Amino acid sequence: MLYNEPSPLEVRVLSRRFGLPNSASIDTYLATDGYKALRKALEMKPEEIIEEVKTSNLRGRGGAGFSTGMKWSFVPRTSPKPKYIVVNADESEPVTCKDRVLIENDPHQLIEGMLIAALAADAHAGYIYIRGEYRYLIDILDTAIAEAYQHGYLGKNILGTSFSFDAYTHTGAGAYECGEESALLESLEGKRGIPRIRPPFPAVVGAFQCPTVLNNVETYCAAPAIIRDGGAAFAALGVPKAGGTKLTCLTGHVNKPGVYELPLGFSVDKMINEVGGGIRGGKKLKAFIPGGSSCPVLTAAECEGLTMDYDAMAKRKTMLGSGGVVIMDEDTCMVKVALRIMRFYAHESCGWCIPCREGTSWLRKTLVRFHDGMGQRDDIGLIGDLAKNMLGRTFCPLGDAAALPTISIVEKWAAEFEAHLNGRPCPYENVSQLVMA
Amino acid sequence: MTFSPELEAKFDKLLKSYPPGRQRAAMVPMLLFAQDEVGSVTRELVDEVAKRVGVQALQVDEVITYYSMLHRKPLGKHHVQICTNISCLLTGGEELWKHACAKLGIGHKEVTPDGRISLEEVECIGACSWAPALQVNYDFHHQVTPEKLDQLLDRLRKLT
Amino acid sequence: MADLVKLTINDRHLEVPAGTLVIEAAKRNGIEIPSFCYYEGLALQAACRMCLVEVEKAPKLMVACTLPVAEGMVVRTETPTVQQARKSMLEFLLSNHPLDCPVCDKGGECELQDMVFRYGAGESRFTEQKVHEDEKQWSPVVFFDMPRCILCFRCVRICGEGMGVNALGVVNRGVLSEIAPNKGDHLECDECGMCIDICPVGALTSGTYRYKTRPWEMEHVGTICTHCSNGCKTTLGVRNDKIIRGNNRDRSGINGEFLCIKGRYAFDFSDHPDRLQTPLVRTGGKLQPASWSQALEVVAKNFQDVKQRGGRFGVIGSNHTTNEENYYLQKFARQVLMTNNIDHHRTGDVLTLLDALSGRNEALATTQDLYQSKAILVVAAELALEHPFLSFQIRANYRHHQAHVYAVTSQPVREDKTATVIVRAAPGAELSAVESLREKLKAEPELIILYGDAIKGDGVRKLVAFGTSLGIPVKYVPLVDYSNSRGAVDMGLMPELLPGYQPSQAFGLTWADMLASEDLGALWVIGANPLKNAELRARNAFMVVQEMFLTDTAQIADVVLPAASAYEKSGTVTNVCGEVQRLKRAIQTMGAKPDLEIIGLIAKEMDAAAVVGPWTSDSVFEEIRKNVRGYDVPVAMIATGGAAQTMPVNGRIAVESRTDLIRSTHDNLFTSGTLGRYSKMLNSVLERRLNYH
Ligand SMILES: Cc1cc2nc3c(=O)[nH]c(=O)nc-3n(C[C@H](O)[C@H](O)[C@H](O)COP(=O)(O)O)c2cc1C
Ligand code: SF4
Ligand code: FES
Repeated sequence: MLYNEPSPLEVRVLSRRFGLPNSASIDTYLATDGYKALRKALEMKPEEIIEEVKTSNLRGRGGAGFSTGMKWSFVPRTSPKPKYIVVNADESEPVTCKDRVLIENDPHQLIEGMLIAALAADAHAGYIYIRGEYRYLIDILDTAIAEAYQHGYLGKNILGTSFSFDAYTHTGAGAYECGEESALLESLEGKRGIPRIRPPFPAVVGAFQCPTVLNNVETYCAAPAIIRDGGAAFAALGVPKAGGTKLTCLTGHVNKPGVYELPLGFSVDKMINEVGGGIRGGKKLKAFIPGGSSCPVLTAAECEGLTMDYDAMAKRKTMLGSGGVVIMDEDTCMVKVALRIMRFYAHESCGWCIPCREGTSWLRKTLVRFHDGMGQRDDIGLIGDLAKNMLGRTFCPLGDAAALPTISIVEKWAAEFEAHLNGRPCPYENVSQLVMA
Repeated sequence: MTFSPELEAKFDKLLKSYPPGRQRAAMVPMLLFAQDEVGSVTRELVDEVAKRVGVQALQVDEVITYYSMLHRKPLGKHHVQICTNISCLLTGGEELWKHACAKLGIGHKEVTPDGRISLEEVECIGACSWAPALQVNYDFHHQVTPEKLDQLLDRLRKLT
Repeated sequence: MADLVKLTINDRHLEVPAGTLVIEAAKRNGIEIPSFCYYEGLALQAACRMCLVEVEKAPKLMVACTLPVAEGMVVRTETPTVQQARKSMLEFLLSNHPLDCPVCDKGGECELQDMVFRYGAGESRFTEQKVHEDEKQWSPVVFFDMPRCILCFRCVRICGEGMGVNALGVVNRGVLSEIAPNKGDHLECDECGMCIDICPVGALTSGTYRYKTRPWEMEHVGTICTHCSNGCKTTLGVRNDKIIRGNNRDRSGINGEFLCIKGRYAFDFSDHPDRLQTPLVRTGGKLQPASWSQALEVVAKNFQDVKQRGGRFGVIGSNHTTNEENYYLQKFARQVLMTNNIDHHRTGDVLTLLDALSGRNEALATTQDLYQSKAILVVAAELALEHPFLSFQIRANYRHHQAHVYAVTSQPVREDKTATVIVRAAPGAELSAVESLREKLKAEPELIILYGDAIKGDGVRKLVAFGTSLGIPVKYVPLVDYSNSRGAVDMGLMPELLPGYQPSQAFGLTWADMLASEDLGALWVIGANPLKNAELRARNAFMVVQEMFLTDTAQIADVVLPAASAYEKSGTVTNVCGEVQRLKRAIQTMGAKPDLEIIGLIAKEMDAAAVVGPWTSDSVFEEIRKNVRGYDVPVAMIATGGAAQTMPVNGRIAVESRTDLIRSTHDNLFTSGTLGRYSKMLNSVLERRLNYH
């Protein structure tokens, strides 16, 4: 089902079947080039598949943006251990709701992507780790998996070749941290979602202590198009160092929020004003989050001339992340934004390492108090300080994810913090106590 | 402990999904699916799952208390989970939350006296582009307004 | 040898084996990198982030505890950035710490306190409300104060990895994370207290020690635990002649920091109110208090009488008195009382093993060997409950060196968890079941075999023959009970054997024969309770008992002499692996005397002092070194708290082992013969465990 109207500005590669009748069924899939890439990949050597993916300039769509072809090449294919494919469908980064529509509308594309990765890594089983809240996607995927078995795309001797592969769904149960790849693997093994010490990386020691390809849903979903139409064609859709399209989750104060597939390098201005139909009520842009709540927040000025791609974002000291875009208008209270973001990280910190566990909790408490008008001038410096003390020092990147937006907000909107000082209620709204989860 | 045949079938399938000796991997799915049927993660359920996947009860406790969707206490029949994370916050999620609390007279993780409805303020549920959003059990409701919320709650109160 | 890697730490050029972690490389070269969660020998965590260091070319600080050295690596551990990072970690930690140091048991020994003192957290910037939870009692010995916990996970790891118990876990997440016991609100475990000792702060405290004293008010005496045969070193904390604490935090001795419940807590028998503190002499049919001189006079007079009458003596020694006492006692019996009627309760067949191994060197395993051998076979023994330290060594070996463990037992045992092969056999059939492992064991480069009291006589010979037939180096551990069972056999507390396994000219009576003898003139019992489940046939025999408590045996004695416990005397003991270690006196109990001194005083009273020689433990030990094969161990080694292994015989032993007399009492973690009955703490733990079942 589509929850928003598509935009004519979209370049629909991964979402090409969205909106077709019974788009999730294998019949629709087969009628629209489905499993063609698999047939092609079955004829290719693993190195050739990896080469094609490298050519495509596909970068991981889970947030870190690591080269997918490189990652696949790290798997020791000759290891005597079994190798696994793991799909990260935890989609728990706030502002992100793209993997959900990819699975809901086109589950076979994901399965085909897994099969291609399996051929590249000599894997024979794969797990799709789905966040617990997405229960209905498990049903959709289980149905698709059953169809694929029936049609000989899964199971023993796929399409009469010697290649066999089994796919399973696996549910999480409410934990952002389980989106982090090593915590996900722990969770998959029936444990608390505590990240692992790395190295070794999952490519070498992953699921069940075996070599594992672990990617985001969208990353796998790009594989069929890359193999089918060639890596070069995919690369050409994007910018020089980042190929293809990106499903962008446009949210916040825009007229037409929604999930849109836009080529990498798409103009931010065009995205807000044309794809998103401009800011609600004709208000002005105040702040912009390019890729999920873990990214440093940009001011309106910083958005000028900005494009949606990894390197352009890095130049502005932020990240493309997961593609979760937040548009905030001029009436937004940035203290509240900082507080809400920190509240999330404090709730989701796994508790393993000192700086993240204590830092997020301390910052949350301070920001609540501050937003409630009981802040002290020293708190402003303290907030930035504590966040910097976490930055780069935590066990996994969750600490950075909490620190980065916080640092950017206190630094860029210091004036708003000043305005909250000394018992005055939030100048932007009627303040009431937040319920703490 | 006895479960419905459907759930038993799910358990069977799960326990066969993982490599030999790795049955512990089935723990989280088993707990979540069983909770859906039993209503909460009871002591008995902990022991049962521990037995089936071959771990100590403590290891199940460690897991339960880690995952926010696993509950020791029973929730309402209709568990209303309102997201107030950033995208929902900007589009009225917090107002929805306050509205629901006021209307039902209960707060975070509380259940109405008739056991019908429970409320939880949740973190991002993956509906950001169609915010503000909420989930009733596993069903998504998008672009919810206070009016739509009223209708929904009224309907839930009547539903058996 | 592993390849060496060159690196620089704080401008010092170092060479360390490849694979070494930076934190270890630094430590071995005298550079300390602070840490809470890093703990040598336990799994890596990288959780506390105290060990962050600067590494050239790395974009951010690196954790030294999980970073292996690399060629040419340049590390700096004291730069302003590093110091600032450390300080910030402490600031984070203290934000939710109660700072109740003045009343905390750990005060003065707290790693958090030390760290803050060193690296300073400055003025507190935390003004929010702290997470609070009330203190909980998890068992008679374990208390948990959640707010003090810094979540270093040492306790969880020592319990799981070290003890193989897994009674501790982590529940909740984020700032609400906390350590939790395996049974919801209480613990069901070995109650070893390892978690308490390893806790860097005062989060886990001990039921026996809490709020009793401050660490600096105690004197610390390192001695050997008196409960089982494993011979762990325990450091007793003493204040005002009272033992307040037992632990081994300095990791000295064979056991490193390991101690079981008995070594750590069961010292409390020493000041039990029932402790005998004055000699008792039977007058008018009742045991009445008497002075030492009166009592010794009665003993000497009666011994002389019996001797002159040509009456029979019976002497029953102990398996927890010292080597010196045992040696001196048998000398007294044989040279003053002129009898070979001397025995003790035998708990394992050491004799047959030594005979079967004659001509071989290095055939007895040390406790260290258990940690290093490539393969270990456990036959008919419940190590975790009866030989906790040996069990600990095997687990550590498995963890650190992936040793192959084989368990052949009738019941599930803890070794199963680490076992390569588990063989279950009917009780009594374990020995024959060992055969099924032949091919596997043959492929091992070496092996240690531990066996329980069910294997004796021919069984031992068969086991040794099996071991020999494997064609690989095999070492053995004959499992015995009590702190000096080995010493009792080695020192000749046997009717058929003199010290060092020399056959005695004429075999004397075994203790069973003594009790059954109708014409026994005198029975002298030292540190044993033979009449607990038996009767003395010779009702009129004159009976002397040296004991700490009024045992069943003492109750019918004519003279009871109050004996000092192992914690109140010096001397040496020999553990299950034949390692000799020295006791050090920690306290004194008014009125009680060490058995050695008592025997000496009796000798003096009988004008036989010249025959038996001076009764100082040093002089007797010198005599042992000269006369008992295998015991000429370097004095300096044991005087400094070390252990020296003995192989007390190396030739055939001319007598057959009396296998009918061998019986282990199978004391477990919570029992310890007479001593256990008088330990309030052991009893309270036992009671709690019964209540839960
Ligand atoms: C705290 C945290 C949460 C994350 N959550 C997700 C997630 O929900 N989904 C996801 O695909 N990747 C998530 N990631 C990124 C993964 O660790 C990993 O980089 C990614 O799944 C790799 O796939 P890719 O290369 O295809 O992007 C998260 C990372 C961190 C540090
Ligand atoms: S209780 Fe002590 S040892 Fe255990 S995690 Fe807490 S501080 Fe560490
Ligand atoms: S010692 Fe390295 S993180 Fe704790």
